[in-house]
Parts: sequence; C-alpha cells; structure tokens
Amino acid sequence: MKFNGENIAKYALMTVAFSAVASLLLIAVFIFKEGLPFMMKVGLKDFLFASDWDPLAGKFGIYPMIVASLWVTFGAMLIGAPLGIAGAIFLNEFAPPMMMKIIKPTIELLAGIPSVVFGFLGVMVLAPWIRATLGGPGLSVLAASIILGIMVLPTVLSISIDAIASVPNSYREGALALGATRWQSVYMVTIKAARSGIIASIILAMGRALGETMAVIMVAGNTVKVPHAVTDPVRTLTANIALEMANATGMAREALFATGIVLFMVIMVLNGIALSAIKGKARKK
Amino acid sequence: MRISPKITQALAVLLLGSATFFTVMVLVFVIVFVLGKGLPGVTWEFLSTNPRDMGRAGGILPTLVGTILLPLLAIAIALPLGVGTSVYLTEYTRETRMTRALRFGTDCLAGIPSIIFGLFGFIFFVVGLNMGWCLLSGGLTLAIMILPTIIRTSEEAIRAVPNSWREVSFSLGATRWETVLKVVLPNALPGIVTGVMLGIGRSIGETAAVIFTAGSALRMPISAFDSVRTMSVHFYILAREGISTEKAYATAAVLIISVLMVNLIAYGMMHRFIARRAR
Repeated sequence: MKFNGENIAKYALMTVAFSAVASLLLIAVFIFKEGLPFMMKVGLKDFLFASDWDPLAGKFGIYPMIVASLWVTFGAMLIGAPLGIAGAIFLNEFAPPMMMKIIKPTIELLAGIPSVVFGFLGVMVLAPWIRATLGGPGLSVLAASIILGIMVLPTVLSISIDAIASVPNSYREGALALGATRWQSVYMVTIKAARSGIIASIILAMGRALGETMAVIMVAGNTVKVPHAVTDPVRTLTANIALEMANATGMAREALFATGIVLFMVIMVLNGIALSAIKGKARKK
Repeated sequence: MRISPKITQALAVLLLGSATFFTVMVLVFVIVFVLGKGLPGVTWEFLSTNPRDMGRAGGILPTLVGTILLPLLAIAIALPLGVGTSVYLTEYTRETRMTRALRFGTDCLAGIPSIIFGLFGFIFFVVGLNMGWCLLSGGLTLAIMILPTIIRTSEEAIRAVPNSWREVSFSLGATRWETVLKVVLPNALPGIVTGVMLGIGRSIGETAAVIFTAGSALRMPISAFDSVRTMSVHFYILAREGISTEKAYATAAVLIISVLMVNLIAYGMMHRFIARRAR
C-alpha cells in the first residue's frame, strides 16, 4: 500500500463509516452489560410477569409497566393511525396539489415541536377536561394515548403520503377506465398497492409512541398498577426508567437498565419489521 | 339497498377531508396556544437575565446558552462522522453486503428511543468514562443520536450531484479525494446543511437524553466539563415540579420559536437544493 493522501483519505473514511454501527453496538453492549446480570439474578418470570415494583423491598416486577406501555401505545395508534392515513389519502388523491404543497411541510415542521411541550399541554388542557367529563384523576391512559396519538401523526402522515404517491398512476387509470369512481379506485386499488408502506408508517409510529418518555411522564399519572379502565393512571416502561434514574443505585439501577433491555429489544423488532416492509417494497418495484 | 357509488364517494371525501382538517387544526392549536400564553412573558429581560429562586422569577439566560452550546457541540462531533460515512458509502464503495449492513445499522440507530440514549450516555460517558454530568457528555450522546439524520440527508445530497461532474473532474486529472473535496461536497452543501439544521432542531427539543447526561445545573457553563441545563430541560423541570406555570409557558414559547426557526431554515435549504437540481 502506498502511503499517500489518497489512501489516508480512503482508510480514514472507511473507519468513520463504522461510527453509526459501532455506536449501535456500544449502546447495546452497555445496556445489556448493566441489565442482563440483573435479569439472570431475579429471573425472567419474576421480572417480566410479577406485579410488585418496590426496589427498596427488592421487588422488581415490571408487568404493570409492560401492560401500561401496550395500552398507551395501542391507544395512540387508534388515534394517530386513522387520522394520519386519512390525511395521506385525502392529500394525495382528492385535495388540490396546492394543498399538499402547504400542508405536508407544515405538518413535518410541527414534527419538531419538543415532546415536553406536548406533555405540558396534556397536563394543562387535556387532563382537566378528562377529569371533568369522564372522571378519574385526568392524568391517565386516555390522556397519554391522545397526546402520543397527536405526536405520531406527522410520522404516519408523511410516510403514508410517500407510500401512496409511489403507486404508479397507471393503476389508478386502470381502475377509472373500468368505470370505478375515484373513491372506489382508492380503496380497491391504491391503498392495496401502498399497503406495505402504510403498515411501515404505523409500525414506525408504534416504535415512537412506545419509546416516548417525557410527554408520557407528564400526562400518564405514573402509578404502578395494572390499568383496568382508560381513565386509570399508569406508569409506562420509559417513564419508569426516567423517573427512578435520578436516585437509583445498585440493584435498583440495574433494574432500570434491564427495563431498558426490554424496551430496546421490542423497538429493534418493530423497526426491523418496518424496515423490511419498506425495503421489500423497494425491491418489488 | 345499495348506496350509489357517487354518494359513498362524497361521504368518503367529506370524512377524509375533515380528518385532514382536524389534524392540521390540532397542530396549529398547539402552537397558537403556547405562543398565546407564553409570548407576553418573553421580554428582553427574560432572555438576558439569570433565573432567580429556581426559575420562579428572573430569566433564562444560562439555559439559552446551554441550548446553543449543546447542539453545536453535538453537530461538531456528528458532522465529520456523518458526512465521512456518507462520502464513503457513495464515493468509495459499491453496494455490497457490508454497505447494506452499515445502512441497516444506521436505520436501527435512528429508531432507538431517546431514553435509551440517555441510559447509555449516563452509564458510558457520565459514569464509565467518569466525565460526570457535563456539556461534553451531553454533546457526545446527542451526537450519536443525530448521526443517522446527518448520514441520511448528506447521502441523499451527495447522490444528487450529477455523475458527469465527477467525470469531468477525473478527466482533468483530479484524484477521487480531490473530486470529493472540490466537486462533490461543495455541490452537496445545501443538502448537508439541511441535515445539520434538522439535527440541531432535534437536539434543542430533546429532554430525556440530555437530562441524564448533561445534568440540569442552573448556572452559566464555563467549561466543557460543566453541567448545563437546556431550555427543554428547564421547561420540563418548571412544568413538572410546578415551579411556575407562567415562566414555563414563556420558556415553551422561546423553545417552540427556536425549533421552528431552525426547521424552517432546514426546509428552505432543502427546497433551494431541490429547485437547483431540477434546473
């Protein structure tokens, strides 16, 4: 190998190119190194499926938090997915192009609103309203679901728009030529063709909702209890980590990293599915 | 009875249209509400003085400084790594199993929630490397978090530079590295700046990853090893601990305006870039 500028640049760039993957591995290694021994010690069953969380008494069951995260994420999808997909269909298929040009960037711009601001609005506006109309403490599964549903809207909307826009026009024309109305061509042809991209947008949004922390801490109420109604306050996995991180030491801190492992694994799986849905479609084309 | 397809269509369009309208209204409401409540509290004094009494009175000057320094530090670290990665992926290799793995890793990194970055930054930088809660720990953590954004946007920008320009450069006797420096990067610059601005916007709004790595000390940072509190963290603490609703709204207003401005520049840059490419 000649030692000259060209080669130095090439090998320097090659090294740098591993920075993202190396970071990913480093993150995985350190979270697992802190959390895995704890999981072994306590036992998977007593960690994942026990309902008592009391680190001071040596009880580390995160089952209520798992259920809470599932409820809140599912609720967020019930709100965010239909709205986002409806918006994407409307903007792509029915609205004048001008509207798309204004609304899409506006919504993507709004994706930058910090999550703490959403959380704060949840506390100031949404929670009092829920308390007044549905009862309960206000800070609840429902409040968290609504706030997260709004927060994931830009994700669902903008990925779904891309998915629907990439359906070839000849498909639509074929349906229209057969005498279908525009709406029939949308739900019989376009949506089916854009299916994998739309599903990917929902799964990515699920990952975001599941991983969101600060907004959820503010609006979910943070009580460690398996919820029975949507007006019950809950503590999600992410909230558990963030709330106890400041004061936790020893076993209690390891328990938080173990909670992090659960979160990390679930989100990696979700993202893997979403990425392969997007990639699979790209290959077909 | 069969409903006529025309009526179904009208109903569907009405429904879809109102859903879209609702979505836009909710997001506009968030901004208008926060600005309406917060802007009256945003005065020159609020921006230029130190907070007193935990933030109950006074301004937000140190958090403003923290909010500027931390994202800049993160960008300073992530930019060379991110642009280097994308140059390598686009200019120095063909599509192989390795580049696919690198891209997959980048996509995975992009999906990791910020609290995991916070956990990692805490155990690795703050505790492991014994750096403590400080500007540098926070900057390094944020740098990893925004790396995928930088890589993806600069890769797209570099790919958009026409191949014929590279060929001209090679035919003039330039080496690959000279071509990258003098032809590819200058022409991809607006796209790269878009990525930088998006990264800064994300760093400004981030709370979970920052609070566990940069800490939350409410004083002016002097060195890279001082703990800082960004506006997002300050706002979170004001709101969550019920210190002052009025100051919280004012801080939120400044926060939203900063993020929107940064994102607006990003989109402006992107559109200029796309327009130039189309020409």
